[in-house]
Amino acid sequence: MAEGAIKLGGKKKKSTIMDMVKEILPDGGNLNACLTCGACSSGCPATGLEGMDARKFLRMAALGMDEEIMKSNWPWMCTMCQRCIYVCPMKIDIPQLIFNIRSRRPRDQRPKGIVASCDMAMKGETLSAMGTSVEDFQFVVEDVLGEYQEAQPEFADMEAPIDKKGAEFFLNQNSREPVTEPDEMVPLWKILHTAGVSWTYGSKAWAAENYCLFIADTENWKKMLHQQADMVHELGCKTYLNTE
Amino acid sequence: MKNIYEYYAKWIREGKLKPSSDWNKDLKVKFTLQDPCQIVRKSFGDAIAEDLRYALKACVGEENFIDMTPNKSNNYCCGGGGGFLQSGFKEQRLEYGRIKDSQIKETGATYCVAGCHNCHAQIHELSEHYEGHYQVVHFWTILCLALGILGPNERTYLGDDLKGVNVFHPESEM
Ligand code: SF4
Ligand code: SF4
Repeated sequence: MAEGAIKLGGKKKKSTIMDMVKEILPDGGNLNACLTCGACSSGCPATGLEGMDARKFLRMAALGMDEEIMKSNWPWMCTMCQRCIYVCPMKIDIPQLIFNIRSRRPRDQRPKGIVASCDMAMKGETLSAMGTSVEDFQFVVEDVLGEYQEAQPEFADMEAPIDKKGAEFFLNQNSREPVTEPDEMVPLWKILHTAGVSWTYGSKAWAAENYCLFIADTENWKKMLHQQADMVHELGCKTYLNTE
Repeated sequence: MKNIYEYYAKWIREGKLKPSSDWNKDLKVKFTLQDPCQIVRKSFGDAIAEDLRYALKACVGEENFIDMTPNKSNNYCCGGGGGFLQSGFKEQRLEYGRIKDSQIKETGATYCVAGCHNCHAQIHELSEHYEGHYQVVHFWTILCLALGILGPNERTYLGDDLKGVNVFHPESEM
């Protein structure tokens, strides 16, 4: 008996995906501490999709069922919303496990729509996932602003500045408004004007979209964050203000 | 790195913004609120969720705000996050959102304020797919409505019941 046990223990075990992820995460993401209580799965909207749930997925990872978990599309149906870790008694980081499994898929096999949006964002200086250029953004902002200054005289001296040095707030902007519904930018401008706030957009790096993060493309995601930080510093703004 | 929802509340508390809920005194239009996972649970916690509620109540009236259960840091994700909207798994995404749709329907609210674009798009689709026909709005729309500065062309997401309420410069309608 004892001999057998020693023999088994001495055999070199193949390193699983779960082992590798545990090495990356602080405290190994507590991935080994599961009590199988099911609190995660019972409060997760992704439970049942593809016949999978959070607890089962973690279990499969722990058992080294690497092929199955890499084949599964479930990691793209978990939104990494963190409700499971919020309710988990052992604070097991399932969302980070999912993120790392997303990042292990060859890039060309990750969902095309998200990949395309990340690629588009990385193509230009604005980081817009819809491909809005510096010039187009500037044009639409100035055009809409002019219209409203005229139509609503109470806002004749309202501003929507781009690259205003020393403004307190650097505002980001989702591409959806300038591209498809420019009038929807105006309410926020009016609020900022009424509150007497000093703010600016950047001509570059203004877009608020996070697709490179969703696609688990850490390298490009870091590049985006750097470009945003550079723009904020260049303008000397105190605060990066996320508008969503 | 800050989030604007904290500032809306701050500016109202400081008197820099003075929204009024009078427009809704007789109408009694009911509002609920989606706590975006990214802003609340994952970043700023219950404090910003309280700020959001404070600001929204100032705009629509305390009695016209109905919370979902559970809420704040314990809220369910709507299914619009993490790239789900662009992933191509539409059927699964709508199934994921079933809980959110039921939560909203249970409040009886006809408007759901969504603080992020992904939530906005997903909940809008849920409203149509599961035929709840509640409206999904950005907070800036409701704040401007309550400040009396929301023009006729800034009402894309308001339902017919509110298209003509408290209109700023109605003559500028396009
Ligand atoms: S809530 Fe935590 S401990 Fe309970 S089953 Fe899920 S991961 Fe395991
Ligand atoms: S992070 Fe994923 S597994 Fe956890 S509750 Fe959210 S959707 Fe479910």
